[in-house]
Amino acid sequence: MQFFLEVLIGGLLSGVMYSLVALGFVLIFKASGVFNFAQGAMVFFAALSLVGFMEKGAPLWLAFVLAFVVMTLFGIATEKFVLRKMVNQPPIALFMATIGLAFFVEGLAPLLWGNAVRPLDIGLVDEPIPWILDNWNMVISSFDLAAAGIAFALVAVLALFFQYTRVGRALRAVADDHQAALSIGIPLQHIWALVWAVAGFVALVAGMLWGSRNGVQFALTFTALKALPVLILGGFTSVPGAIVGGLIIGASEKLAEIYIPPVMAGWFGGNFGGIEGWFPYVLALLFLLVRPEGLFGEKHIDRV
Amino acid sequence: MARQIGEVILDLRNISLSFGGVKALTDISFDVREHEIRAIIGPNGAGKSSMLNVINGVYHPQQGEIVFRGEHRKDMDTHAMAAAGIARTFQNIALFKGMSVLDNLMAGRNLKMKCSFLQHALWWGPARREELAHRRKVEEVIDFLEIEHIRKTPVGRLPYGLQKRVELGRALAAEPSMLLLDEPMAGMNVEEKQDMCRFILDVNDQFGTTIVLIEHDMGVVMDISDRVVVLDYGRKIGDGAPDDVKNNPEVIAAYLGTQH
Ligand SMILES: Nc1ncnc2c1ncn2[C@@H]1O[C@H](COP(=O)(O)OP(=O)(O)OP(=O)(O)O)[C@@H](O)[C@H]1O
Ligand SMILES: [Mg+2]
Repeated sequence: MQFFLEVLIGGLLSGVMYSLVALGFVLIFKASGVFNFAQGAMVFFAALSLVGFMEKGAPLWLAFVLAFVVMTLFGIATEKFVLRKMVNQPPIALFMATIGLAFFVEGLAPLLWGNAVRPLDIGLVDEPIPWILDNWNMVISSFDLAAAGIAFALVAVLALFFQYTRVGRALRAVADDHQAALSIGIPLQHIWALVWAVAGFVALVAGMLWGSRNGVQFALTFTALKALPVLILGGFTSVPGAIVGGLIIGASEKLAEIYIPPVMAGWFGGNFGGIEGWFPYVLALLFLLVRPEGLFGEKHIDRV
Repeated sequence: MARQIGEVILDLRNISLSFGGVKALTDISFDVREHEIRAIIGPNGAGKSSMLNVINGVYHPQQGEIVFRGEHRKDMDTHAMAAAGIARTFQNIALFKGMSVLDNLMAGRNLKMKCSFLQHALWWGPARREELAHRRKVEEVIDFLEIEHIRKTPVGRLPYGLQKRVELGRALAAEPSMLLLDEPMAGMNVEEKQDMCRFILDVNDQFGTTIVLIEHDMGVVMDISDRVVVLDYGRKIGDGAPDDVKNNPEVIAAYLGTQH
């Protein structure tokens, strides 16, 4: 039981990190109906900028602010040079544009900051928390807990921002109905630039956390692929969905990794490690068959 | 009567609009005077909604000219029109369905807010005071439309008739000088229609708001409007006081379908 809890908690904590990446997708999808293929590239770019500024001698907080400025400029530029040119194009065209954007960023980032794998030290250590180890005999990583805490705080701040500020209200309005938002004078273009900047901020936090765990490297772009099952589970338009979806994926992949191989080995013999790598996708696929709109997504009914 | 019909404030001249091969509007001219209630009527597909969309800049006509408060323009721009005091409702209700009634109306005041997005984002003192001032204004609109009991309800959960009323509320929250209403009473029962009529007349009377209105219910149209323009197949076939329009043979033919 203790062991089960330990795996479960570890899974939930790592799931928060998935939620974070998924959140970046959801924000942009809600506000502009674009599935942003470049979200993973943005995580990479943000983390690389952060490390880059730190290597130039900036302390962590300053590097973080500077990297945020870079991501904001990136968001504004994307709106101005890509999205604005493509209003009223079908979603697939916009999706293709973000694929182009992803390649562009993946090429640009190493050009600006070099392409070596870099360690990122944000002062968090990856050790079991002694207090929990002593009292409950469970191994819970202090890094995981802190990272989850940061991610959770970010999500909470964003939720408050959307719910209680004028900008948040405008954002929700745009997400609900473009035409109506325009008719009351909400500037779509500003909102899009803003959403991309916020998504850039989320990418920066995600990049910082993932990067300090695994090093800042090109593989960060693949975090986007991890977000996909989360999105299918949680629904593309739901912020709570991204959070819950991330938790479910995180917990279930860790549990599957521990508990499925012995069963499989009992049936078929042989070694069934590495389930973690594909289990989320199978889960998402099964889910897709049962509830294609996701846990929290809106059911889409076409009038005929 | 409190209101007095004034000068022409919106003049549409020889407007033509087409979508690919489909001609939605052909060479249409008509004007709107300050403080009046101006109706646009016509059979389905006549081009009424397209006309409204041209006025607030959703559609851009290929030909023609629009004069708004003395300014000559080729077409309109939605943001500029909202800023110039034109608010509207839509034929297929376009509310922010996930948001509460209150939030919908607050969003309607977007352009009235002076503090920048950034100041609001930072929850800066003056921005917060501003928010409260706007909140008071919105409560006035809520009282006016008698929707106090649903102010916190997410709009998507309201019955159709009430949604229409909230949509009018969002438009009113902007304190517009001109209101464009696309079938505000469609799909309502008799009682709801009467309420809506009363609101429209009260808005016009108390605030002097100019109203351009599309409506299918002839009884209502003839009752509340000052002048009526009739469209059919994208052309104008009648224009004038309700009684003149009612007796216009071309209009009668279009409605009885004898010509087509
Ligand atoms: N965005 C569009 N794209 C293509 N065709 C359009 C578009 N909007 C309107 N039309 C066409 O223009 C014509 C006029 O449409 P419009 O909606 O203005 O009519 P309407 O008078 O409002 O009709 P209804 O009473 O049914 O609302 C129709 O033939 C319609 O199909
Ligand atoms: Mg119409």
